Amino acid sequence: MLAFLLNRLLQSVVVLFTVGLTAFSMFRFAGDPVNQIVGVDTPPAERLEIRRALGLDDPVAVQFARYAGAVLRGDFGISYQFRQPVSALLAERMPATLELALCATLFALSMGILMGVYCALKRETLLAKLFLAISLVGVSLPTFLIGILLIFLFSVTLGWLPSFGRGDTVRLGWWTTGFLTASGWRALILPSVTLGLYQMTLIMRLVRAEMLEVLRTDYIRFARARGLTTRAIHFGHALKNTLVPVITIAGLQLGSVIAFSIITETVFQWPGMGLLFVQAVQNVDIPIMSAYLLLVAAIFVTINLAVDVLYTIVDPRLRLSTGNAR
Amino acid sequence: MSEAAIASRGEPLARRSRWARFLDSDLFSSFRRSKIAMAAFAVTLLFFTVALAAPWISPQNPYDPAQLELMNSNLPPLWQAEGVRPFLLGTDDQGRDVLSAVFYGLRLSLVVGLLGVLVSGTLGIGLGLIAGYFGGVLDTLIMRVADVQLTFPAILIALVVDGVAKAALGGHMDTDATIALIVVSIGLSFWVQYARTVRSQVMVEKGKDYVQAGRLIGLSSPVIMVRHVLPNVTGPVFVIATINLALAIITEATLSFLGTGLPDTMPSLGTLIRIGNGYLFSGEWWIVAFPGLALAGLVIAINLLGDWLRDALNPKLQ
Amino acid sequence: MTEPVLSVRDLRVEFATRRGVLKAIDGVSFDVAKGEILGVVGESGAGKSVTGAAVIGLIDPPGRIAGGEIRLAGQRIDNLAPEAMRRVRGKRIGMIFQDPLTSLNPLYRVGHQLVETIRTHTDLSPRAARTRAVDLLAEVGISAPERRIDGYPHEFSGGMRQRAVIALALAAEPELIIADEPTTALDVSVQAGIIALLKRLGREHGTAVMLITHDMGVIAEAADRVAVMYSGRIAEIGPVHGLVQAPLHPYAVGLMGAIPTLVQETDRLTQIPGAMPRLTAIPKGCAFHPRCPRAFARCHVERPEQIPVNGHRVACHLYDAQGSVAA
Repeated sequence: MLAFLLNRLLQSVVVLFTVGLTAFSMFRFAGDPVNQIVGVDTPPAERLEIRRALGLDDPVAVQFARYAGAVLRGDFGISYQFRQPVSALLAERMPATLELALCATLFALSMGILMGVYCALKRETLLAKLFLAISLVGVSLPTFLIGILLIFLFSVTLGWLPSFGRGDTVRLGWWTTGFLTASGWRALILPSVTLGLYQMTLIMRLVRAEMLEVLRTDYIRFARARGLTTRAIHFGHALKNTLVPVITIAGLQLGSVIAFSIITETVFQWPGMGLLFVQAVQNVDIPIMSAYLLLVAAIFVTINLAVDVLYTIVDPRLRLSTGNAR
Repeated sequence: MSEAAIASRGEPLARRSRWARFLDSDLFSSFRRSKIAMAAFAVTLLFFTVALAAPWISPQNPYDPAQLELMNSNLPPLWQAEGVRPFLLGTDDQGRDVLSAVFYGLRLSLVVGLLGVLVSGTLGIGLGLIAGYFGGVLDTLIMRVADVQLTFPAILIALVVDGVAKAALGGHMDTDATIALIVVSIGLSFWVQYARTVRSQVMVEKGKDYVQAGRLIGLSSPVIMVRHVLPNVTGPVFVIATINLALAIITEATLSFLGTGLPDTMPSLGTLIRIGNGYLFSGEWWIVAFPGLALAGLVIAINLLGDWLRDALNPKLQ
Repeated sequence: MTEPVLSVRDLRVEFATRRGVLKAIDGVSFDVAKGEILGVVGESGAGKSVTGAAVIGLIDPPGRIAGGEIRLAGQRIDNLAPEAMRRVRGKRIGMIFQDPLTSLNPLYRVGHQLVETIRTHTDLSPRAARTRAVDLLAEVGISAPERRIDGYPHEFSGGMRQRAVIALALAAEPELIIADEPTTALDVSVQAGIIALLKRLGREHGTAVMLITHDMGVIAEAADRVAVMYSGRIAEIGPVHGLVQAPLHPYAVGLMGAIPTLVQETDRLTQIPGAMPRLTAIPKGCAFHPRCPRAFARCHVERPEQIPVNGHRVACHLYDAQGSVAA
């Protein structure tokens, strides 16, 4: 098992390294960094001076090493657009995105599992068929369209919920949270549903398929032959076995929630990292773009590792065997 | 096209039998049995027809500023009190006829989507063949990049490619260049699945006797590979391409919605929705609703078709 | 005569399919006495497992019991409400499935699954249930049960898993155990131990066993009586010695020929030509007649009823005194 985890750790490092290389290349080769610092009418001699000062004349490998070192220290450079350190900009925006992602994740997981289990156990009911139909629409429709639809329904027509922003936030150290105010909670609902809906439908379909599979297995049949109650069979045995593979795939999916929040944040003008990133793309603000890429990759890799660890805890077969068991 | 021409000239009989064979196939009978598949096909066909015929059936050319009059701006659909002929679905803030804009936007969305599928498919199949056939470092490199890319949602990749290309090219681009850039972004975002499918098929075929035999008698083995592998992957690739088309259309719409896609002067469905979104609170719902409905209908129909195709070609999965 | 533990009368099981109703079991009757092992034998698809599933009430839709009676110690159980039937399962009837590798939930310790079963059917405290679980494991021949009880199924060998499965079936001291191909998935060396265990249960606890298998060797070794099934019906039923030594029904004759024994001459290894009909196409008259070397005109039209002959009951026109002369 240790070998397995070490292997995954190595893979994570490779992923981060590749993304780092991409981010660095963007920095170095997409446009002339000097142009971002000085005007077009700067004399060539002065430009050369700046090039040397920025280290742009050093070998590429040296430049990459310098870049990697800076990144590891949390220094992602200065935003072209805001003239501020990117790390500070991201840190300021991060709480909004993480709180949104957390709520969306919880929504997707709880509703997805609930609906999936229902659809598997009550396969023939009208409600189960309705859930399946909704899931098809949820998978098909683009996120921004769902967001607009929700805004139209709940903000424009009914006037129940706000359509943009975070509501009132409370500052806790450097973290700002919307969890402590009523308006913060109200502002979270629509974006969370929008962001979580796609993952919810995926999880629901997955749980349903997996549970139907598990219900056909011999050990469920044997559990029935042992006279266990339906409840014990469905929620003690079948659900646990269903959730083991679901953890992996759901984990992988949820890692991308943060990246997906780009769209949701734009629709709801949510002041998070995604909105910052979209503005950066529109304004060709390379430092923010590369830093965001690295950050998303780091978060994704961390979640993946956490899922692997969780998986080994849940499944005893993995806990005791060595790395090649999978 | 040329195939049909040859068939009609030389051997009408063979052509009829091929058509008859298609009518007799499992795929077609499964299609006949699935009401959903038939409905989805009909809707998709309708959208394609409208997109093709847009210049002839639209009351207005929405790309021609000369035809737009600000006097006609923000008119509601015809069935409402203030509706004005000929604007069946109303007009937007520029005085653009929403119906015409939807027709032309549909055309643009489909063109970008189809080109995006073409690029990603070609790229993916090519890289899959290379990775599977040559193996070794090349294979590792390609598949590692694929793994890393799977870490990110396609829309993020497309945004980054878009942003970097703009930085590299600098300044303003004309509409054709913008379209090309979006197509390339989509192509680079969706090649992985093709590559994985083709690669694994190549792995299977590589060990088979005919490749070894071909090598012995001095045949160029890449040629044999391509000739044998490609027919084997048509099914899966076709399924991927269908679902990919829906994703490509969504990606283009999302890029345009986020403001990095097609410009307001040449709006796709996504652009129209972005423009209309700004008028949601002032009550001009029709500017966003009709492009939204068109996009939703198109994407759902193609997805349903893809779902059915996957099940029909892959009975084991059912 | 004491009442049999299990009494099945004229059982019929049907499966509703798109092409019509399939009769999986068509008029099966048999008894199993206390402490007796009844072997149920036949080719796959003959209806052995469906019979077992019907007795324990595990026929899933689209299947259903379409007629007949099943009595457990005199009490009718085929028409019990689902909840009442659930209480019978595991408590009064235990079941063992073919594959011990997949019968246990891989995510729970063996002890957890035992305690869970015991506590479902008894009022024992968790601690007492655990003690009982250890005893059960010891009883089925698992060494160091105090340690093994905390193991996961994947830590057990195939034979040990089947022993654990038997312990689970025994958890509430059932009157009847249905063993559906209990040895098929096991190594030959492990089979003997499992069979010995089943026999000991009957001897020591008076547990009745319905042993379902396609392996005549297992039947010959373990069973007291044998029921030979063919196409959802019992072709012949009788004591194991008589049936193995002198089978009456032509199908049973062919089947006994399929037991490989070292002592007998090779010509006894006759194969029955042809294959059992599918449920969709059961022939008229005797279902076996297309393959029967001794079939005659009546077999094509009339379905044979069971006739008592030499302490057996056999469903074959050859032995009908009133019909044509037996060969």
